[in-house]
Amino acid sequence: MANKVADSISREEYFYGHKACAGCGGSLAVRAALKVLGKNAVSVLPAGCMSAVGFNFPQLCFSNNSIISTFAGTASMLTGIEAGLRAKGYKDFTAVGFAGDGGTADIGIQALSGAIDRNDNIIYICYDNEAYMNTGIQKSGLTPFGARTTTTPAGANVHGNIRPKKNMFEIVAAHGIPYAATASVGYIGDFIAKVQKASQIQGTKYIHVIAPCPTGWGISVDETVEIAKEVVDSGLWYLAEYENGEYRLTHRPKEFTSAEAYLKRQGRFRHLTEDDIKVITDSRDEKWKFIEKNFIV
Amino acid sequence: MKKFLSGNEAFAEGIRLARPEVISAYPITPQTIVVERLSEMVENGSLKSEYVHVESEHSALSCAMGASAAGARAFTATSSQGLLYMAECLYYASGGRFPIVMMNADRSTALPWNIYGDQRDSLSQLDSGWIQSYAENAQEALDLALMSYRIAEDKRVSTPYMANLDGFVLTHTYEKVDIPTEEQADRFLPAYETDNRIDFDSPKNMAFSAGPETNYIFKYRAHEGMLAASDVIKETEDEFEKIFGRRYTGLTENYLTDDADYIIVTLGSIAGLCRKTADRLREQGIRAGVVRIRYMRPFPNEEIAEALSRVKAYAVLEKDISFGNEGTVFTNVNSAVKKENGKAEGYNFIGGLGGRNISASDIETIFKSIIKGTDRVNFIGIGDGNNG
Repeated sequence: MANKVADSISREEYFYGHKACAGCGGSLAVRAALKVLGKNAVSVLPAGCMSAVGFNFPQLCFSNNSIISTFAGTASMLTGIEAGLRAKGYKDFTAVGFAGDGGTADIGIQALSGAIDRNDNIIYICYDNEAYMNTGIQKSGLTPFGARTTTTPAGANVHGNIRPKKNMFEIVAAHGIPYAATASVGYIGDFIAKVQKASQIQGTKYIHVIAPCPTGWGISVDETVEIAKEVVDSGLWYLAEYENGEYRLTHRPKEFTSAEAYLKRQGRFRHLTEDDIKVITDSRDEKWKFIEKNFIV
Repeated sequence: MKKFLSGNEAFAEGIRLARPEVISAYPITPQTIVVERLSEMVENGSLKSEYVHVESEHSALSCAMGASAAGARAFTATSSQGLLYMAECLYYASGGRFPIVMMNADRSTALPWNIYGDQRDSLSQLDSGWIQSYAENAQEALDLALMSYRIAEDKRVSTPYMANLDGFVLTHTYEKVDIPTEEQADRFLPAYETDNRIDFDSPKNMAFSAGPETNYIFKYRAHEGMLAASDVIKETEDEFEKIFGRRYTGLTENYLTDDADYIIVTLGSIAGLCRKTADRLREQGIRAGVVRIRYMRPFPNEEIAEALSRVKAYAVLEKDISFGNEGTVFTNVNSAVKKENGKAEGYNFIGGLGGRNISASDIETIFKSIIKGTDRVNFIGIGDGNNG
């Protein structure tokens, strides 16, 4: 059966034989993106799940040129690789980073901001599983409100993480970046299309893809794609682009599915009270008011 | 061509001649003039290089590693807090065998906050796997900038190189410097060739993880690369002399050591004053000598042990302190002496912290106090009634 998305990407495997957990959303994002970018992609991965599972000498899993950067150094190493390859006369290559949520929104944000400021010709992909998963589920700046992690325990006094998710997409866009996008592995065709688009644009490109982690989220290993779809369908995440100074929604749910149902099927949210869920639902509605007002919808 | 240049400017001229393909630049006192001059050279076309305005020292070295992984010759420069801020990347660069060259302007480390010169910054990073040279003057700074790439990039070595210049005393002092021609420099320094790079015909996974079974083999190889640098430094200096006519003496430089009873071992820009003082003591009939350490890594164990094998006592004068123990150079020197069963008494003199001046009379006092014997570790000026 013909599949438009599958037919638009390479059948080669560039990230294969790694040790990621069953149902890993991050590895799905990396695998799909490299199928778009092909053998001349040079990938940079900081400390985090993907480097931990892909680079265990002598079991090295990337069939394109790949390198681990320091935790904070994804963007700065991309900068150096791009400058170095250009200095050596190479033209046909893509420098692409795959950093997790902590590597992007926390420890790596300074270097990312610097690279965008210089408008370095790189693609930066944040695979967001909403906590430090490689170290065993600790809160990051992208952990959503209410989530239970090992450093935001849920008890009688505090119900998990008390802070909302850092808004990386708009933080990045505020730099006036040539291209930024949000995505989810639940809408893999949309993600692939955005990686394809990014690869055609000169300057810095940023894609923020939601990539569930069954281990950290408390879901079954076969629910990854389903839940990554549901987070969009329930309006708790949105698919959008920023380009030429404008925000644009790329997918509009007709009506939201239940946010409560999305939350309740995950172990990390199972403790939430009705009040907590109302906080989450209200903030979703506020966000969508903002989107209606400021995005091209 | 002869010019009147500061140490920073001389070093920048050396880097221009070395033709780095990528420069990652971040300002910090007293290094900043290096990246300023390099930006002017790129602007006026006398240097063709990708000049990257990074947003931190961590990124400066991370960017240089990326460039080196692409097979490009990379340069960056830093000092003090900047060196400490990029410390993580120091270990990464040496482990990755990336022959990056970095200039470090030796400067005190906070707290208390201080911009002046001591050597606590670079000496704190002796174990990071970088070759470490210490220049005495602006001419040597320029020459080391040129030699550094040839040494670091040698396939037997493949180790990053930190060229240290004493902050202000050397970085900001103007001297007459001989600048070689580009044609001479190109004859001396070939283009960077390496297999340790991104390759589109045969892709690589670089900077990987290695578990307990293999990890130490990589570390051992890095150690071997550093040891190999000893010979490569000497070979490089021989080639350098053929083309430029200036002679350097390997890991150390000895002054009046053959018949000396008393020797000061030191490093960097203070060595000249030590030699002048030795001359004056010789006039008084005291057989004084000086060993200047030019490279702290690889460490000149044999050279130091040999130079100190005939003395009655030696002093190690250094601008750092490993709190709770002694000066780091002293520890290293004593180890070298011990390896050869040396019998001389060694004394440590800590001075110049936070840029405090070390005078000729201080050095004379050092010589005289080791003749009669003194405390094992001494802080110059502490307890002399002025302070402390």
